[in-house]
Amino acid sequence: MAEKGVKVFGMWASPMAIRVEWALRLKGVDYEYIDEDLANKSDALLRYNPVTKKVPVLVHDGKPIAESTVIVEYVDEAWKDGYPIMPADPYERAQARFWARFAEDKCNAALYPVFTTTGDTQSEVVREAQRCLKTLETALEGKKFFGGDAVGYLDLVVGWYAHWLPVVEEASGATVVTDEELPLLKAWFDRFLAIDVVRATLPDRDRLLALNKARREQLLAA
Amino acid sequence: MMAGGDELKLLGMWASDFALRAKLALSLKGLSYDYIEEGLSNKSELLLSSNPVHKKVPVLIHNGKPVCESMIIVQYIDEVFTGTGPPLLPADPYERAIARFWAAFVDDKLLASWVQASWAKTEEEKAEGQKQMLAAVETLEGAFIECSKEKPFFGGDSAGYVDVALGSLLKSARAAEKRRGFRLFDASKTPLLATWAERFGELEAVKAVMPDVDRMVEYAKMGLAKAAAAASAN
Repeated sequence: MAEKGVKVFGMWASPMAIRVEWALRLKGVDYEYIDEDLANKSDALLRYNPVTKKVPVLVHDGKPIAESTVIVEYVDEAWKDGYPIMPADPYERAQARFWARFAEDKCNAALYPVFTTTGDTQSEVVREAQRCLKTLETALEGKKFFGGDAVGYLDLVVGWYAHWLPVVEEASGATVVTDEELPLLKAWFDRFLAIDVVRATLPDRDRLLALNKARREQLLAA
Repeated sequence: MMAGGDELKLLGMWASDFALRAKLALSLKGLSYDYIEEGLSNKSELLLSSNPVHKKVPVLIHNGKPVCESMIIVQYIDEVFTGTGPPLLPADPYERAIARFWAAFVDDKLLASWVQASWAKTEEEKAEGQKQMLAAVETLEGAFIECSKEKPFFGGDSAGYVDVALGSLLKSARAAEKRRGFRLFDASKTPLLATWAERFGELEAVKAVMPDVDRMVEYAKMGLAKAAAAASAN
């Protein structure tokens, strides 16, 4: 008998996995969530994603898809009559994909060193991260969300910043997203966190903080 | 055949893998466009204003509006010019997801490790890059089986999204083979990809835009000479 239904292989603290959940919930799609221990990956995960062996993986009626941004576009197309995630206009879609790539390739790379450094080095990398986020922020100008009046693809891709960055800041003893430096982004954080599907899925802040503090200690001690 | 009033400009650079992807897509779709060759060191005002974030080619300018990033350009072309030429992405959402996954794999795994194999500072890092590159190609052999479903291309009967993503690397692959006998798609290891590469390279639409291999060899030699000079100057 063919496998039916939707499964998400994720990890409770993974920003990539949560995107998939947000997309499915916006579409009103029921799914089974499988929380992976990344140090001890399940046979199922390895079977569904032998190529990269990473979370998230979406399995729809037995067919697996990996790579979170690919999954989000798939969810939009597979449940095309539901909530519109991608912009309708091809040019706007290209813009959304451009900024998503920018955030993933440049902003994430600029943010990571904030977490792994201290002192003057950290101050410098904070400034670099702010420069990167300021560029991203231009995509928000004049809008409530990156998607316009309602959340869309780009909001789902960068939305994790709203919950994770304050935690990373606290764990690292740094401030990156401030009202002075990134007013639009900060305001968008609040609006994004108020969205129902977001509130329903966010990982526990204390647990996330404890995890990040421990990781930072490990990295600094190495 | 373009809709009346469509103006397409492509800002590119002849030796760029990424610009080649845009050219391949435009060529496969049979679209006409103005091509502007950018110099690496002397970027035009148009490039700087069209791609202020990265200041890189390729940039597709459609009726004055810029689209950046090679595979984003390819998707854009496919989405806008649906009536022109063959579709580059499949119609089925699952197959589209698979195509997008493999195109991302080409960039994240194959291209990244090739860059490491060529440009890393230590011999160790280069060797590691080489190993990962060959592993990536072997994985792509499996991807070809999955995507082509026994048809000639990743895209099926006609070349599509993944063919463009991977096919653009033929430019450098052929040069590497001529210069030092290195075969990216070795028939003894990845027979399907080896024949796919021949087939893709023979397409009229591909021949029309693929840079001449000897020119690529000269260019690669220059690049290595420059890198050696820079390294020795430090």
